Amino acid sequence: MIVSRSLRQHALSTFITVLAAGLASGLVMSVFTVSKQSRIAFTGGDIGYDAVLGAKGSPLQLVLNTVYHLETSPGNIPWDVYEETKARRDVRYAIPYAVGDNLQGYRIVGTTAEIFDVFEYQKGIGFEFATGRAFAEDRMEAVIGSKAAKDLGMEVGTEFRPSHGVRYLPGTEHDEVYVVTGILEPSNTPADQVVWIPIEGIYRMEGHYVDGGKRQVEVGAKEIPNEWKEVSSVMIKYHSIAAGMNHRGEVSAGDYTLAWPIADVMGGFFNKMGWITQVLLYVAYLVVIVAAFGLLASIYNTMNERRREFAILRALGARRGTVFSVIVLEAATIAFLGSLLGYAIYFAILSATAVLIRDQTGVVMEAFVYHPALIWTPVGMVLIGAFAGVFPALKAYSTDVARTLA
Amino acid sequence: MALLELRGVKKSYKSPDGHVQEILDVPSFDVEAASEVAIAGTSGCGKTTFLNIIAGLLTPDAGQVQFAGKEVSRLGEAKRDAWRAANLGYVFQTFNLLGGYTALENVLLGMTFGPGVDRAFAAKLLTELGLGDRLGHRPSQMSIGQQQRVALARALANRPKIVLADEPTGNLDPRFALEALGMLRGLCREHGASLVCVSHDPRVLEAFDKTIDFKDVNAAMSRGVDA
Repeated sequence: MIVSRSLRQHALSTFITVLAAGLASGLVMSVFTVSKQSRIAFTGGDIGYDAVLGAKGSPLQLVLNTVYHLETSPGNIPWDVYEETKARRDVRYAIPYAVGDNLQGYRIVGTTAEIFDVFEYQKGIGFEFATGRAFAEDRMEAVIGSKAAKDLGMEVGTEFRPSHGVRYLPGTEHDEVYVVTGILEPSNTPADQVVWIPIEGIYRMEGHYVDGGKRQVEVGAKEIPNEWKEVSSVMIKYHSIAAGMNHRGEVSAGDYTLAWPIADVMGGFFNKMGWITQVLLYVAYLVVIVAAFGLLASIYNTMNERRREFAILRALGARRGTVFSVIVLEAATIAFLGSLLGYAIYFAILSATAVLIRDQTGVVMEAFVYHPALIWTPVGMVLIGAFAGVFPALKAYSTDVARTLA
Repeated sequence: MALLELRGVKKSYKSPDGHVQEILDVPSFDVEAASEVAIAGTSGCGKTTFLNIIAGLLTPDAGQVQFAGKEVSRLGEAKRDAWRAANLGYVFQTFNLLGGYTALENVLLGMTFGPGVDRAFAAKLLTELGLGDRLGHRPSQMSIGQQQRVALARALANRPKIVLADEPTGNLDPRFALEALGMLRGLCREHGASLVCVSHDPRVLEAFDKTIDFKDVNAAMSRGVDA
């Protein structure tokens, strides 16, 4: 009764302190969970294919560009390399990937219709059509990922003109008009944000160069010589792990880069970026410390006005220990309420982060999964709160009853 | 055997300049069970210190305070707290009600540290004192006289064997002072509690059959010490 009454009597300072404790608790839980879940989402996901082959350069850039449709392509590789890769006995499938255009910011990827047939974005799971069909490789047709279709309001039969570059700039539209023939079911992968067109379309697009940038394909040309063709990368699925190892050994000495295994490439990226998590954690801990001092100050500031109250309680028979416990319990209660609020803040941050990551990358982060921080953060917050209450509690403990009531 | 016995009780204070000043010297003071005694004394004569020592809020420098044959002045602080909650009611001049609590809660709070919370008895006490319709009111929503009655109810809430009243009417309008005193004495009689009432108000003192001048209790005063 004493604790609840005091919290109500000092409602404003209680509210502010609970808010601070909630923010601190929510931040700590969020940093731990987001860092773990985003790492899992980017490195632990079952991507379905094993490697990405591309131009000499950073494997990370290759993976970000091909798997997550982020960044720019590190360069192109000849069509022959794609065909040689596809022809390898240890390769189950190899699918070309060519970028360079966008549809209002959504990346347009040139590929073959195999991507809707043999390709698996997760082990055993390929793309499914929500409506329509795959594009015909010799027509200006397109298949659109679920999110891109929804955001752009595209339906089967909708026509559009691709824009040049991977970032949308008004006035950069090509003359070619494509028609949507199919919309994919959501895959909860970055592919949901992709507009797929036949790879021939990339070569024939007005303003695009082939053959190492030396020439453009003439309008109406029937065939494009293979030696003119290039791809940004090749997505590869091997028959075995050993195949990937062998292939990497062969490629590493050459002119190209093989990003294999993809999870390791992303894992390395997260290891390099680990300091960001550390910084965020330090910030969160700092907020915890500030909240603890805020709690201490909040209770301590009421001590003068409450000294008489404690003296009265003592005169009524309350022990010093009782008065001490009341203050510590009050501080712990504030921290506990803060922890409850912390869960709400944690849910809000996680929801927003998951949406943000999905919108930016298409990667679906499983936000609400158990992490030990969800237990020890509130428990720690309550302990820190109780500890912060010790100092004002000592002041209450040492109240001179006779002098205060005189 | 008296309910309360003080023998050779002394108390001194050290002034800020380091001078030790004896404020209390009570060679002997007794209170019988279910009796009442008024003590007359002027302001600053050590009455409150005297009552605080009886209540166990202060410990004497020397001497003994015995209650029902048990020496309470030698008890540890926690045991004195428990003893006080169970056996003693205290009515302060300024009532010392807790502002954030209702009349009923103020009385219940007094019970929290005693033998146990008896909500019905707390409500009955307040109703007997004419506050039946004020149970949910806070002190700030009540008159001074009503606040005093809440303080009386709280002092009697644990069915104490003795009630100490320190200038219980000092803050009251003279018209209501005797009425409040009558309530206090009536409650103590009804519940079999002894009453020690300290006052400098002649009308209060005249109401008691037995009145003692504090000079006759506190030898420090008769020695001319400025207590």
